[in-house]
Amino acid sequence: MSAPATHFNEDARRVAPDTRHRGIIQTAMGKYEVVRDQRKLWFQDWQGARNLAARTKFEAVNHLDTHLAEFARNIEARGTKVHWASNAEQARNIILGILKEQNAKVIVKSKAMTSEEIHLNDAMEHAGYEVVESDLGEYIVQLRKEPPYHLVFPAMHLTRGEIKDLFQEKLNDAPSDDPEALTMVARRALRKKYLQADVGITGANFAIAETGMISITENEGNARLTAALPKTMITLVGIEKILPRLEDLALFLPMLAVMGTGQALTCYNTMYGGPRQPGEADGPEEYHVVLLDNQRTTLLADAEQRDALGCIRCGACLNVCPIFRNVGGHTYGTVYGGPIGSVITPHLRGLQQWKHLSYASSLCGACTETCPVKIDLHHHLLQNRRNASAPTTGKPSFFQKLAFKIFAPIANRPGLWSLTTKLSRIGMKLRGLVNGSVVDPAQAWTKTRDLPPIAKQSFREWWKENK
Amino acid sequence: MIEALKDSEAVVIASGSCGAMMSVFYPQLFSGTPHEAAAKAVAAKCFEFSSFLVNKLGVTDLGAKFPHKVTFHDGCHGLRELNNKRPPRELLAKVKGLELVEMGAAETCCGFGGTFSAKFPAISTAMGDVKCASALETKTDYIVSCDSSCLMQIQGLADKQKKGIKTIHLAEVLAQS
Repeated sequence: MSAPATHFNEDARRVAPDTRHRGIIQTAMGKYEVVRDQRKLWFQDWQGARNLAARTKFEAVNHLDTHLAEFARNIEARGTKVHWASNAEQARNIILGILKEQNAKVIVKSKAMTSEEIHLNDAMEHAGYEVVESDLGEYIVQLRKEPPYHLVFPAMHLTRGEIKDLFQEKLNDAPSDDPEALTMVARRALRKKYLQADVGITGANFAIAETGMISITENEGNARLTAALPKTMITLVGIEKILPRLEDLALFLPMLAVMGTGQALTCYNTMYGGPRQPGEADGPEEYHVVLLDNQRTTLLADAEQRDALGCIRCGACLNVCPIFRNVGGHTYGTVYGGPIGSVITPHLRGLQQWKHLSYASSLCGACTETCPVKIDLHHHLLQNRRNASAPTTGKPSFFQKLAFKIFAPIANRPGLWSLTTKLSRIGMKLRGLVNGSVVDPAQAWTKTRDLPPIAKQSFREWWKENK
Repeated sequence: MIEALKDSEAVVIASGSCGAMMSVFYPQLFSGTPHEAAAKAVAAKCFEFSSFLVNKLGVTDLGAKFPHKVTFHDGCHGLRELNNKRPPRELLAKVKGLELVEMGAAETCCGFGGTFSAKFPAISTAMGDVKCASALETKTDYIVSCDSSCLMQIQGLADKQKKGIKTIHLAEVLAQS
């Protein structure tokens, strides 16, 4: 078993039975489901919107090369410097290079999962820079030295009491556990950092090819301050975030808001097209956009699963996933958790290391049903399983091969099958002696569940008697 | 299986999960093999039990009587692979004396998931707990479903924890008179 698989199993065994954790997540998700469903009704035709979104994203991904070139040409025309990073190391080096050139000391960041993906904060801190996350949830998990718990809600696993204690310990400032008061504590700390910061780093929700613009969706105004106040702005964006046309945002901004947080639109939606232009009053003096591949082109080469590049990181699949809701975001050990993470992580970081995530699913399909861009998520998990155990692309395990070598001939012969059923009835009686204990061969099941007795008569036998 | 079923007029399957395997996944599984055409032919005549009654035969009233309050569990594959939300409910609506009380988590997976239940027992059990809790909120006498495997998971969990939940397959409800 791979190290990530061992970690996953250990954490899942610890978190899944934790009813306190389960309660926090169920409550938060229950509220989300109500508002999400209300806002979905604001669309004249939600399924039609999904079809259009899926088509638009698939078209964008299928012509990524031309769209990316168009995006770069247009945004460079307004004085932006575009950088192309094939992998995490290149992206880190590009950004560290800019920081050095700017003689920067303090860096302020808005939310960017791509920065988690390339371990940017570690790299910057290691190089001696002070890095501050400005999104409230990200700020909280940064103070806890934890990765974000969820793509959209980084600190959803914490109660306000825990956040109060954290602020008291780290900032010595926590008047009460009232959410508004706690937000003011963070704001007081963060406002100073915006003014001190030399460089602001953001992620991106969309990159518009037609106009050469970066679109950022947020609720706290922190990304706008991150972008506007420091002299230099850097945006780190995955190459799959391309949308062909500006008007595509008319669909994608409300769609992202509805599925992400249950809002009709988020409080701030801003487009960045370059550094401050002559005659403009504000904005950064320099703007850098770093386009990140980091194995996305590997996924692009997979015709079967390339639709996964259409993901807009709304987190809706996590929110409905019964696995996510029971094991929580940290158990995955990945940057991208939940169903979308289980699908793409094997492509981004290696199938044999990360295949366990494709098995850790009941394939219920709630993710596929909810995905606004119609990524065929649960069938992709099935394909990952196939690829992981196919003799040509993967390694079937010894036990897997043995089990099916025994099962296949029995299942294919009615006589043998009926004999096995009869023997099982005796086996069940013997197993009853050790039911649920460590020597029970069915312990994985019987530790927490009873096993029904095998019926005294099979349907086939009943049919023979009664027809 | 395909060979054995190729001369049948219709194949009726008392399980959404098995039904999805045969009518949705067989054509994909055998795609590019000599069995492809036969697999497609069999898939086209496979019916999940409730869908066979309602959609194929156009029957909803079988004259059954079951004087109990029940809640219904949508098995995932019947629901999402076969789009089978309506037929079991239409059948239950015609059962005399039966009152259906929907649970909040009717469409949430019970946590069975085949080998998943034994490979990841802790997650599977937690999912089953969520299901049982939602079912108990309805204060009904039975959980009805089209899938025996889901019911085995729910009943097994409920029995071990002595939750006093009774499960029953839709076909068994329809056979009561």
